[in-house]
Amino acid sequence: MAQTQSGAQGLLSLPALLHRNATQYATAPAYREKEFGIWQSWTWAETAQEIEALALGLINLGVNEGDFIAIIGRNRPYLYWSMVAAQMVGAVPVPLYQDAVAEEMAYVLGHCGARFVIAGDQEQVDKVIEVQDQLHQFEHLIYLDPRGLRKYDHSHLHEYSHVQNQGRAAHDEYINELNARREKLDYDDTCVMLYTSGTTGKPKGVVLSNRNVIETSRNSAEFDHLTRGEDILSYLPMAWVGDFIFSVGQAYWCGFCVNCPESADTMMTDLREIGPTYFFAPPRVFETQLTNVMIRMEDAGKLKKAMFHHFMAHARKVGPKILDGKPVGLWDRLKYALGMGLVYGPLKDTLGFSRVRVGYTAGEAIGPEIFDFYRSLGINLKQLYGQTEATVFITAHPDGEVRADTVGVPSPGVELKIGENGEVFYRSPGVFVEYYKNPESTASTKDAEGWVATGDAGFIEEDTGHLRIIDRAKDVGKMADGSLFAPKYVENKLKFYPNILEAVVFGNGRDECTAFINIDLSAVGNWAERNNIGYASYQELARHPKVMEMIQGHVEEVNRSVAEDPMLAGCQVHRFVVLHKELDADDGEMTRTRKVRRRIVEEKYHDIITALYDGSKEVSTVTEVTYEDGRKGSIRATLEIRDAKVMPVQHAMAAE
Amino acid sequence: MKDMSEGYVTEDGRKIGGVVMEMKNITLRFGGVVAIQDISFDIREGEIRAIIGPNGAGKSSMLNVISGFYVPSEGEVWYKGEKRPPMRPYQVAQQGIARTFQNIALFEGMSVLDNVMTGRLTQMKSSIFSQALWKGRAEAEEVANREVAEKVIDFLEIQHIRKTPVGRLPYGLKKRVELARALAAEPTILLLDEPMAGMNVEEKEDMCRFILDVNDEFGTTIALIEHDMGVVMDLSDRVVVMDYGKKIGDGSPDEVRNNKEVIDAYLGVAHD
Repeated sequence: MAQTQSGAQGLLSLPALLHRNATQYATAPAYREKEFGIWQSWTWAETAQEIEALALGLINLGVNEGDFIAIIGRNRPYLYWSMVAAQMVGAVPVPLYQDAVAEEMAYVLGHCGARFVIAGDQEQVDKVIEVQDQLHQFEHLIYLDPRGLRKYDHSHLHEYSHVQNQGRAAHDEYINELNARREKLDYDDTCVMLYTSGTTGKPKGVVLSNRNVIETSRNSAEFDHLTRGEDILSYLPMAWVGDFIFSVGQAYWCGFCVNCPESADTMMTDLREIGPTYFFAPPRVFETQLTNVMIRMEDAGKLKKAMFHHFMAHARKVGPKILDGKPVGLWDRLKYALGMGLVYGPLKDTLGFSRVRVGYTAGEAIGPEIFDFYRSLGINLKQLYGQTEATVFITAHPDGEVRADTVGVPSPGVELKIGENGEVFYRSPGVFVEYYKNPESTASTKDAEGWVATGDAGFIEEDTGHLRIIDRAKDVGKMADGSLFAPKYVENKLKFYPNILEAVVFGNGRDECTAFINIDLSAVGNWAERNNIGYASYQELARHPKVMEMIQGHVEEVNRSVAEDPMLAGCQVHRFVVLHKELDADDGEMTRTRKVRRRIVEEKYHDIITALYDGSKEVSTVTEVTYEDGRKGSIRATLEIRDAKVMPVQHAMAAE
Repeated sequence: MKDMSEGYVTEDGRKIGGVVMEMKNITLRFGGVVAIQDISFDIREGEIRAIIGPNGAGKSSMLNVISGFYVPSEGEVWYKGEKRPPMRPYQVAQQGIARTFQNIALFEGMSVLDNVMTGRLTQMKSSIFSQALWKGRAEAEEVANREVAEKVIDFLEIQHIRKTPVGRLPYGLKKRVELARALAAEPTILLLDEPMAGMNVEEKEDMCRFILDVNDEFGTTIALIEHDMGVVMDLSDRVVVMDYGKKIGDGSPDEVRNNKEVIDAYLGVAHD
């Protein structure tokens, strides 16, 4: 399909796509949500009616073109409809992270000047009410779940279904107005505004146009041959660009069905019931699932255990090759087929991956063993590299060319170049319009020719054209002796061990590297249970001598592997400490998407870092923590500092 | 005390209706032991009524009288304007009084859903045979009952454990499942016997929220026994205080808190 063809078809906005779907696929399911134990579903025709009723209700409430409507809550069809209804009336939807605390919300709501907020439940309503005095433009709050809200002052508070009813009642009055607004929507109008999670500083509002979203959805759907028969499970935060593209952009472009889980806790059960054909998850989800499988296998009977290990070994050998369509011997194929019947099939069913045709992971590097595990089962798991500013897609693995150590080739329509400092730049139809009310940042990110800096350092493999990412460009530094310092590279290697949840490596401008390590409570806890190690708390487990020994083993293995690459051999971890608490977004140590905020961690734990470098054997520290409800407390702990063995660096080569 | 014959309005603006249950001069004896001695109080429609008192004060006995488990030796129980004859507990349940227990009484081997469904048993009219054959009335009834059970499961946010056997659940969740079973009966009066016992702060906060939400959402009248004074004072509209089987105080949390006899009972004074 040519670039302009979607324009020629008049499909210039999501409401236009909705209209097409409601006409052409009227009786096909568009949304499903599990509620009261049953999957409730809506066809495209019903969806169009629901959205129209809401849009009319919004006009009735006084929504003007160009207004911002914030949307906060867990993934529910009603909130997806809110986004499209907002677009229909010419307003801009701004989905927010539902786990953000009130102050974070206040900043975003104030920055975009949202006049309306559509919130999922009482929890979100309370947060908005808490900060509403700081918001000058805020007027009306619409809520979905009325539970607990009966006694609230309803002068500015409206129930979602009432807004829809009022919209239906006022149909004749406003339908012309709505049609006029809907027809005015242009390819270059704003489709959605998404706030970046802000690894550094305040979140920035990324403005994406209809062109960005529709072109990207079309290109990526064609790349993976997505059809209207796909089923996806929408469980990732609605404020994240990925969810917007998968659950809204691609869903509307292709016309496939979006399934919403019953609650965050039932995600795994719902995943299995739906059996998505197109699945997206951050590495953490795959890691957790694999850890659970392994834990359950430990408790299985002898025969099952033996079968599992025997066939998994075979799958590791030939599974990925079969998946990539490479030649495999007949005997191996037969054995793989037998394994499919006995082990892989039932396992895939348990995981909810029986029907997955295309699976993506992104956001962080995934451990090669985890990646290979899923691929060896015949699940087409691939990596994706993208960001909000690119409307997700920069590179992706094409079918048949999947490798754990690269992030794939440029997606259709994307051009890549590598800057002098190794930073990756891209240009594509998906490149964002601007950062809202922030021309300086826009200018420093996107140049006049449309090239956007990713902030990541990487290189393109010459023979395959695959992109490899090393680290954040600004995190890549120099050690005191001038050799390369790439903390993320080492951290990722550490995090590939199931026992290590998080790692932070320091060493920029210093003689040697040191590290903070967070243990994974479920993995280490299970290990402790099996080895009869008693513990009463996370803190106690974290400093247990046997745990320290185990972690030391992991660190030393990583050192050996890092030392193999002469360019990065200087990044071996000389000393480390196992932290007494998990790094947490509530304490500001991580972003909501669980990326470590390096600078904040460095400031907060400067006493421990000092101890890592002054040779002391242990350090006492007091750490402030924030509980989920916003109260603060503190934890006191004495941490042991360990030395790890390092491999000799071949200075001769590095110095050359 | 205020005149409350026509109900009253609480501080947070809830309207409390007329008397739905009245205990008149209740005395309960076990042989020579007097567990409850001449106690009278009423429970009004839509209110959260607490019964407090030191250990052995007779609180649980009182709850058992309300739920029909004990028949009082003397005195009368008036329910919805009528004097209640001695009844079996299941008959009391059929009248719209549901309860939870101090030491959880769930079916450990059954799933959460099945446990909650047992709360609907009093509403089932079809015979055991038609239920076994799954024909006609039984099927329609099961569907309707499941719908109520699912609404309760959704309300108490226990969807994720719907199919989990109760025996595998942690204590705090079991308490919630028990509340769910009681709610599934769609009771007029809900009796809670120490709903927060043995819980940590977070679980207590959750439970408080659920109790308030139940009262707010369904207008259920709630009578509860609780040891945690903070919880009682925050939750309840009116409090009855018992000590050694006698009523020593009755009124709003503030009134009770400043009552000298109550303070003495809790802090202890020499009995002379």
